[in-house]
Amino acid sequence: MNNFNHYYDSIETRRVISVIVINEDSVLSRIVGLFSARGYNIDSLTVAPIPDSEYSRITIVTVGSKRVIDQIVKQLNKLIPVLKVNEHSNVIEKDTVLIKIPIDQNLSDVAALAAAYRGSIQNVTEDAIVVSATDEPSRIMNFIKVIQKRFHPLEIVRSGVVAMER
Amino acid sequence: MKINGARMVIEAIRHEGVDVVFGYPGGAIMNVYDEIYKQNHFQHILTRHEQAAIHAADGYSRATGKVGVAIVTSGPGFTNAVTGLATAYMDSIPMVVISGQVPTSIIGTDGFQEIDAVGISRPCTKHNYLVQNIEELPRILKEAFYVARSGRPGPVHVDIPKDVTATMGDFDYEKEINMPTYKPTTKGNKRQIKKALEAIAQAKKPLIYVGGGAVLSNAFVDIREFAKKTNIPVVETLMARGVMGADNPLLMGMLGMHGEYSANMAMYETDLIISLGARFDDRVTGRLDQFAKSATIVHVDVDPASIGKIVVPHYPIVGDLKLVMEDLNEMVHDFEFNDYASWVSRLKEYQKEQPLRFVDSDEVIKPQWVVKRTGELLGYKAIVTTDVGQHQMWTAQFYPFDFARQFVTSGGLGTMGFGLPAAMGVARGKEDKVSINFTGDGSILMNIQELMTCVEYKLPVINIILNNNYLGMVRQWQTMFYDDRLAETDLSTQPDFVKLIEAFGGVGYRVSTKEQFDEALHKAVEAKKVAFIEVIVDRRENVLPMVPNGHALNEMHLLKD
Ligand SMILES: Cc1ncc(C[n+]2csc(CCOP(=O)(O)OP(=O)(O)O)c2C)c(N)n1
Repeated sequence: MNNFNHYYDSIETRRVISVIVINEDSVLSRIVGLFSARGYNIDSLTVAPIPDSEYSRITIVTVGSKRVIDQIVKQLNKLIPVLKVNEHSNVIEKDTVLIKIPIDQNLSDVAALAAAYRGSIQNVTEDAIVVSATDEPSRIMNFIKVIQKRFHPLEIVRSGVVAMER
Repeated sequence: MKINGARMVIEAIRHEGVDVVFGYPGGAIMNVYDEIYKQNHFQHILTRHEQAAIHAADGYSRATGKVGVAIVTSGPGFTNAVTGLATAYMDSIPMVVISGQVPTSIIGTDGFQEIDAVGISRPCTKHNYLVQNIEELPRILKEAFYVARSGRPGPVHVDIPKDVTATMGDFDYEKEINMPTYKPTTKGNKRQIKKALEAIAQAKKPLIYVGGGAVLSNAFVDIREFAKKTNIPVVETLMARGVMGADNPLLMGMLGMHGEYSANMAMYETDLIISLGARFDDRVTGRLDQFAKSATIVHVDVDPASIGKIVVPHYPIVGDLKLVMEDLNEMVHDFEFNDYASWVSRLKEYQKEQPLRFVDSDEVIKPQWVVKRTGELLGYKAIVTTDVGQHQMWTAQFYPFDFARQFVTSGGLGTMGFGLPAAMGVARGKEDKVSINFTGDGSILMNIQELMTCVEYKLPVINIILNNNYLGMVRQWQTMFYDDRLAETDLSTQPDFVKLIEAFGGVGYRVSTKEQFDEALHKAVEAKKVAFIEVIVDRRENVLPMVPNGHALNEMHLLKD
């Protein structure tokens, strides 16, 4: 019988993993420390308390072979303050971006463009406007590319991915 | 009744039935030491270095199976303890280490002797805690012992600020453990065990591969029974020496980089591996893409993360090895196994063709002879620790280990300086046995100050120093792989070891003939004092066989006459 090592190592996948942890101090550094100590890669990470509970949800986006993803899940499960680890395959993902654009740019299309990415103008000052959009991570990347090309943004801030099983 | 935090530490240790703790005081832990002074539930052994306190608790745990306990102060006290924690972590040794911390009001200000101890210990402990207030201290102490010994065991670190040890609070230790996020699996899945047995029964050349988990879960009787019932041959890792017993006819020896030819060939040729508490360490597998290429793999481990980490098994079984072995031994009767007699005799042939051996000499003592001879003279009467280097491998190869917990060695981290303090823990935990520490002239100097602890607490550790005037193992690699460029491995400048131990108050013997060795060992055992037997051995002896780094298990350098 052949073992599965070959299959296991070859396919690189992007994965969204959510981790439910006890809301105690240093729990985030345990999670992040695990990734750095074992050489796993974090694409994005978001954390917030789960309402009406003593737990928080950490959403991690990572890329790796099946073996690496499996190890990540197992190693996360091993951490004492971790209640549950979900490796998602069929999820709604959302990422938010805030972008500051100088006021002297040609801004006539910005609102329409943002709207196409489920966004809108959030604030306007004498120097700049701020737009935001919330959408799938790949679409947010697109939005950023378009804005960068046309409007010379001053600042771009992304939230990282939150996800929920469909 | 309210008691202070320091007293709670004492009470927790008492409730856990611990009869000895090792440690070293200092400012931040003084409240605890004051309570240690007032109590008489357990002995405190003052080591002469914090690293040694942790290794001693570790050796005590490995030899007795109990949780080891050590106490140190903040700052440098704690940083000295780190190598000990890492050593225990890599070998999954149950241990609780308590450190003092600066008062909560000073934390974060770079106060005197402040260091982020939980930040430092995180990657080298199973879990750790910084106690924030007195209310949570009893729960944390209770959890610490529970986490240390349950599931895959490991060291747990509890850092307690000085003001917390001074504060009064309620101590309610009897409370049940309530950890919703920590529930290790203990019982293996029966269906999966059955499927594994089906596969085993059909294999032609199955092989049992035992690791340190067999020792930690006290499964060695069950493993012997299973091997006997099925007539499946067995190989042991370094950490599993003693599980089968030296004379067991099914034991094909230790495998790995310095494993026996028969063991490595068994692993190379097997069509089904039954891995019991072993983790496919790179020193065991050799070149991974050549490892057990066509074998079916059954992998039993209490730690789900160990399964599939290096090789992907066909039959993963998560559970405490002892419990899984009990199931296996019960269910084994329902199966008709193939006859493995010819497979066993083929491996026996390998053992005959290429036995573990060395070329003895009458001019100069061979280090392997010393190990073998000690085994002949003391055998199961001794519990054996080692430091790290060639002497460690020779001990693993040539000492006749007969039971689990007889061999105490730093496998995962490979810590020089481990041997003497670990042997102190053994001497304290197993007072009816002789505590032998095989060490090298390099390693022994790494925790030499502990001779004082041995003298003070009457710990009769016999250190057999295989003196080759080299950092021998590194010298061997330089000889074999670096054209004999001996960069910084010559230890020609050495202290007078006999005078050195006499200065501490122990006894020492320097020997360079076989007769002298026998006599010295006899005297050392009689003396019941910490002892050195410095054996002047062949300087240029190499550890063989050897699988060079990055080679497959069948590509061994063998001994040539
Ligand atoms: C703390 C530590 N430092 C360095 C090493 C690397 N190392 C492994 S074996 C060895 C040589 C050991 O020499 P010695 O104790 O004299 O034993 P021998 O190999 O000669 O038997 C060294 C330096 C180690 N394992 N641990």
